[in-house]
Amino acid sequence: MSKTITIDGKTIPFEDGQTIMEAATAADVYIPHLCHHPEFTPHGSCKLCTVKVNGRNCSACTFPAAEGQDVLNNTQELIDDRRKITQMLFVEGNHFCPSCEKTGNCQLQAVAYHLNMLDDHFPLFYPNREMDASHPDVLIDHNRCIFCALCVRASQQHDGKNVFAISGRGINKHLIFNAESGQLKDTDLDKNDKAAHICPTGAILIKRTGYQVPIGQRIYDHHEIDEVSLATTEHQHGE
Amino acid sequence: MQVFIENLAADHQYQPTRLLLILRAIQARYHYIPEPAIQQLAGLLNIPSTQIIGVVEFYSFFHLQPRGQYELLISDSITDAMLGKHNLMGYLSEKLQVSVGAVRSDGLVSLDNTSCTGLCDQGPAGLVNGYPLTRLDRPRIDLIADLINQQKPVEAWPSELFEVEDNLVKSGLLLEQPIQQGAALKATFKRGLKETLVEINQSGLRGRGGAGFKTAMKWQFCSEEQETVRYVVCNADEGEPGTFKDRVLLNSYADQVFEGMTVCAAIIGASQGFLYLRGEYLFLYDKLQTVLEQRRAAGLLGNNILGQGVGFDIEICLGAGAYICGEESALIESLEGKMGVPRNRPPYPVTQGYLGKPTVVSNVESFMAAAAIAEQGGNWFAAIGTEKSKGTKILSLCGDCAKPGIYEYPFGTTIQTILDECGADDVLGVQVGGPSGTFISNQEFHRKLAFEDLATGGSFIIFNSSRNILDIVNNFTHFFAHESCGFCTPCRVGTSLLKKQLDKIIEGHGSAGDVVSLEEICQLVKSYSHCGLGQTAANPILTTLERYPELYANRLKKISYEPGFDLDAALETARRMANRHDAAAHLAQVGEDHE
Ligand SMILES: Cc1cc2nc3c(=O)[nH]c(=O)nc-3n(C[C@H](O)[C@H](O)[C@H](O)COP(=O)(O)O)c2cc1C
Ligand code: SF4
Ligand code: SF4
Ligand code: FES
Repeated sequence: MSKTITIDGKTIPFEDGQTIMEAATAADVYIPHLCHHPEFTPHGSCKLCTVKVNGRNCSACTFPAAEGQDVLNNTQELIDDRRKITQMLFVEGNHFCPSCEKTGNCQLQAVAYHLNMLDDHFPLFYPNREMDASHPDVLIDHNRCIFCALCVRASQQHDGKNVFAISGRGINKHLIFNAESGQLKDTDLDKNDKAAHICPTGAILIKRTGYQVPIGQRIYDHHEIDEVSLATTEHQHGE
Repeated sequence: MQVFIENLAADHQYQPTRLLLILRAIQARYHYIPEPAIQQLAGLLNIPSTQIIGVVEFYSFFHLQPRGQYELLISDSITDAMLGKHNLMGYLSEKLQVSVGAVRSDGLVSLDNTSCTGLCDQGPAGLVNGYPLTRLDRPRIDLIADLINQQKPVEAWPSELFEVEDNLVKSGLLLEQPIQQGAALKATFKRGLKETLVEINQSGLRGRGGAGFKTAMKWQFCSEEQETVRYVVCNADEGEPGTFKDRVLLNSYADQVFEGMTVCAAIIGASQGFLYLRGEYLFLYDKLQTVLEQRRAAGLLGNNILGQGVGFDIEICLGAGAYICGEESALIESLEGKMGVPRNRPPYPVTQGYLGKPTVVSNVESFMAAAAIAEQGGNWFAAIGTEKSKGTKILSLCGDCAKPGIYEYPFGTTIQTILDECGADDVLGVQVGGPSGTFISNQEFHRKLAFEDLATGGSFIIFNSSRNILDIVNNFTHFFAHESCGFCTPCRVGTSLLKKQLDKIIEGHGSAGDVVSLEEICQLVKSYSHCGLGQTAANPILTTLERYPELYANRLKKISYEPGFDLDAALETARRMANRHDAAAHLAQVGEDHE
């Protein structure tokens, strides 16, 4: 007999060592997430994947599944709070979706749609953040970074490099590059690196490809993020 | 500089785990971490330069831009504010001709705020190049300004400026009778290691750092791990504002604390221990090293302790200004030479701690108590206290009272008893457990010091009726926003939102609905944050909102909407640019006329 947990009353099998997120995904249950990607070590920072495990809030992407756990995922309370956490991510940066190259392919935007986010709710921070356009093929727009560290992990764990890091404390967190000049052009990032393609938002963009797929024909213009997330085992959404 | 850094790295055996100590030395010498030093270190330690930059930008005491040759920091603790810190800061800034947060144009001196320095019983306090300045007043500031302007090296400053008193007012079970050096270890070996763990279990000792987990259980879990390399870590980060009892324990009872660590090491089978000392307690460093030396000489540390074949030694690591490093997994990251970002749990440190190995992290006072219990037995300790909280608790009392300092009380003592003994009158309320704890009003002084009622890691701040509760809450809320590590969304963004929303209400720009919004943010930060910092960051607001809702409500304007900022002030730049001073260039705050 395989071990099981329940998610919103539904029985879900799991294997030892799996997180709640992994068990859920394998069973076609979507748990909203942004900093999680199945190929990389979980980070547990965005907190969008928060579920109630036996009454306690836990991050599904890092919390190990264990026999008999009673997990709540789609409760109104969790959905409302996940929306507010998403709104926090929006107000903290500068996200002007209509003018962003990533619109329609952006997971942050898609999660916001999914959670029925209709406004910013919180006061905007309007931080003063810059762009780094120094690299011939890759553009960084710090305004849209949500500090999910996916680029950091992809560079280390997939590309065998160490191009990105997150520096600073608290609200002053920011993305930095591993080069003496601090500029992206002086790192060993290549446009074919996984790290250049992993960003869930429009913070890392490949130059000269932005409008190859017209707005209106992009992934989340037609599909909900839960559907995309579960359909692509590779989780290549936004590509 | 190149030679200096080469030698420094060699002194630390090119170990990346020593990054903080290395950076402390560079900061002390150059008053910043120069870019070439970062590149050179990255090569020498074989780590990415981004790790070094990350660490420099994470810890408050490291800087990428030059600070003054005299780096002056003044404590931002609420108790310092109550002792007239703001006034003094203004005076200091004027006297030294440097604004707060800046470096004087000649590069000689820089001035800034810093989080509580653990000197609340002798404030207003500060730090100069890492060393504590106590009881600041105008004459002292005059003297300090002269010394700086004469460019007198800090080592040559009059020692009374740096005097730190223990202020030990009331001793109990532990403080009254420190153990004889070696007595706890001898008793432990005589009784047996397992048997001693049973005694510690019997004593009911619960962690004194805040969470209150049973100490014996933690040690036992760690000892049962498969992995045989294990570590003992003493948490002396003591960052909770208003807490300074570990400072006194390490100043006057360090031998017993180290003995407790050694007992733990013998029981769990660890051969290496660390004392993680907060950067603010640099002044204790040499003294503590001497105690360690002396214990080595006495055969109480080293390869063969008391001839029992047990090998254990202790290394002291210094922090660099980050409250979050008191959280045990962040502390471990910091010990490894990284940013103090709390880990995902499970695995817990007892399973995977320092360098991935099983690690016990316990508080200074927990080790001190464990040493006494190892000598005296469990029942001696368990005879005192309440059912769920055995023994005594060492408190650091400060704020509005006649005798601030260290007090040891049996668990179960009422707040009123404590207030009576320290000479506090006309009390408005007490912050028990620091900003992350609870604000209790003067209707609740019958309540008890105990894990099951009012828990505290040691902080106990008293406020008399001249104090303004919202000022207190404001100080604490800003503290958390400043100290959030920024890893998780609810705390990183939420603590800043709390700060903004509270400022809006306090500054009188709040309107109907704004207190409800404040509460909403509180709930999000509390329920969804990754670690204890975020989970408690809303406590100052929540615990006062519960007791004094009218205080908040009275600040609101009786209109349905009010802009979150001062409209007229926002036009100032535009007015200047347009060179306009006429009435039409000014704007009334919307709605005020309808009030
Ligand atoms: C933000 C934060 C700060 C903390 N600071 C300290 C501290 O300064 N000293 C301490 O002993 N424990 C501190 N703790 C608690 C530690 O995580 C840990 O529980 C404690 O060191 C365990 O020791 P104990 O069992 O002896 O209490 C802090 C926890 C959090 C979440
Ligand atoms: S740049 Fe993108 S992938 Fe990297 S941390 Fe920021 S949001 Fe995440
Ligand atoms: S709760 Fe705050 S301090 Fe703790 S991990 Fe999250 S951001 Fe860091
Ligand atoms: S997806 Fe789990 S915390 Fe981000």
